[in-house]
Amino acid sequence: MNDIQLPAIDYAALLPMLIVFGAACVGILVEAFAPRGWRFVIQVSLTIGGLVAGLVAIIVNRDLEITTIGGAVTVDGPGLFLQGAIIILGIVSLGLIAERRLERGGPFVAEAAHAANSDGDKRQEREPGATEVFPLTLFAIAGMMLFCVSGDLLTMFVALEVFSLPLYLLCGLARRRRLISQEAALKYFLLGAFASAFFLYGVALLYGYAGTVSLTGIREGVLQSEQSGILLAAGLALLAIGLLFKAAAVPFHVWTPDVYQGAPTPVTALMAACTKAAAFGGLLRVFNVAFETTAWDWQPVLATVAILTMVVGSILAVAQTDIKRLLAYSSVANAGYLLVGVVSLNGAVGSSLFYLIAYGFSVLGAFAMVTLVRDSEGEATHLSRWAGLGKGSPLFSALFTFLMLGFAGIPLTSGFTSKFALFSSAWDSDQSVLVIVGVLSSVVLAFPYLKVVVLLWLNPPGEETPTVSVPSMLTRAVIFAGVAVTFVLGVAPSFLLDIVADAGPFLAK
Amino acid sequence: MDGYLGSYATLGVLLVVAGAFFVVAYTANRVLRTNAPSAAKSTSYECGLDPAEGSDWAQAQIRYYVYAFLYALFAVESVFLFPWAVVFDGLGMVSVAEMGVFVAVLALGLLYAWRKGVLTWT
Repeated sequence: MNDIQLPAIDYAALLPMLIVFGAACVGILVEAFAPRGWRFVIQVSLTIGGLVAGLVAIIVNRDLEITTIGGAVTVDGPGLFLQGAIIILGIVSLGLIAERRLERGGPFVAEAAHAANSDGDKRQEREPGATEVFPLTLFAIAGMMLFCVSGDLLTMFVALEVFSLPLYLLCGLARRRRLISQEAALKYFLLGAFASAFFLYGVALLYGYAGTVSLTGIREGVLQSEQSGILLAAGLALLAIGLLFKAAAVPFHVWTPDVYQGAPTPVTALMAACTKAAAFGGLLRVFNVAFETTAWDWQPVLATVAILTMVVGSILAVAQTDIKRLLAYSSVANAGYLLVGVVSLNGAVGSSLFYLIAYGFSVLGAFAMVTLVRDSEGEATHLSRWAGLGKGSPLFSALFTFLMLGFAGIPLTSGFTSKFALFSSAWDSDQSVLVIVGVLSSVVLAFPYLKVVVLLWLNPPGEETPTVSVPSMLTRAVIFAGVAVTFVLGVAPSFLLDIVADAGPFLAK
Repeated sequence: MDGYLGSYATLGVLLVVAGAFFVVAYTANRVLRTNAPSAAKSTSYECGLDPAEGSDWAQAQIRYYVYAFLYALFAVESVFLFPWAVVFDGLGMVSVAEMGVFVAVLALGLLYAWRKGVLTWT
């Protein structure tokens, strides 16, 4: 009975995640015991403090390359980079989550189940509340960090659930437009649970094939296993469905526009930046570590998915009339570009990481600006309402135009450098067809962005043009960060390109 | 009938037979039966009573979720506590501390629920 050995645990390697998980647990204690009036201040400082401490721990760990807790966690260059990216994007999106000036009491409610203007709702309107969103955000971010460094598929599954469940909840807590927000939460939850089931079934089949769930074990199992190849193919397919769902790739994207539109905009921003980074971190790790040796089998399938994602995402973006849905479809199309990076394997890991950072900051900036355009009903997201905003709010419109041009991939923005880096490394990895489709679809995708620009500046204002609200420092900081990074990575991308080049390949032993 | 997936062949045969049985039975039924629909026949059948009036949608109390919540909390805890209790003797204080952390995290959830008044039955 006593032959069970404790696995060796390298606490230093786990420290960033432990800090963020710990801060989330403390956040729950604050929620339970701190007086109501103090909670907001305590939670915001605790959340930012926890995330910054986690970031410091990651920077201290930067040269670490180790597999620990019996193979459950693999800390390596790309993993650390992704963790850092998720934390930084998380800190930035926290500025939107903590914004309190645009709306009395912030964009969230504690009990979304109250009907608007009922007695219960008026009571919670008076109380400062909804500070649960901060521990929930921390749990989500910690789960994403674990997801990027999982060394085996079961840890990956646990991490997937840890970051998904808080996100489902966060989606349903909007103060305005509660029904659509709750609909989004329910849709995301049901479809997400469905995708998790696919993932788990894939893990089971792969275990049947390789006799292990560790990524490196599956890599070796491919060479040695005597089991039927059907197990490997079916397991890989089911696993990929689970992962591609989170990454919002076609045909597993149908939840994206509804959820992005319905969720409170700060949460949409968090999902578009951080969840995307985590999902692609997981995809890159699984395909680069576990399935690199079987690349011939899955590359054509994944390439088809990538082409579908790019084409369908960019074409459907053209038809959108709501800015949040437009950004959702653009996020689908961007998932397609990132999939090109996944298909290109090791050659494109660095440029995929670069793309995630560049896209994350731009999309955070864009959603931050979406929260500003308001009328008495809350955010005015329908594009027709945005017509002629350039006359009344030139600064706002100029910044938004810059971000749109960034998404469209105009030179001097990060959209151009990131797409260029990604496509050129994919070209070097002999994925020329994907690159051609990618370039063509980004031309199509430029159209809806430019349509918004034309709408802002050239169209006459409608009858009731919404106003651009003046936010607090938090949202201003988010917009500044988004615009500044979009510009800096467009003009001087080399320092970040050096960092991603130093991150090296995934640890596969 | 060999190989890893071979044993599933029986299941496959069963599925085919079941499908064929379903099709044959229903086709025979359709061919042989008489057909005389009436309004009374299409109302819902509730053990001989008249069907309940009104809308099918009704609000239900969802407070039973607390039971599910507490059950999950303690079930997960005990699932891991039992195997741990069998082996912790040989693993030393580290494993005791780690199990302490695990239980503390679960207790945190319970603590939160208690402070939020979830445990009072009203």
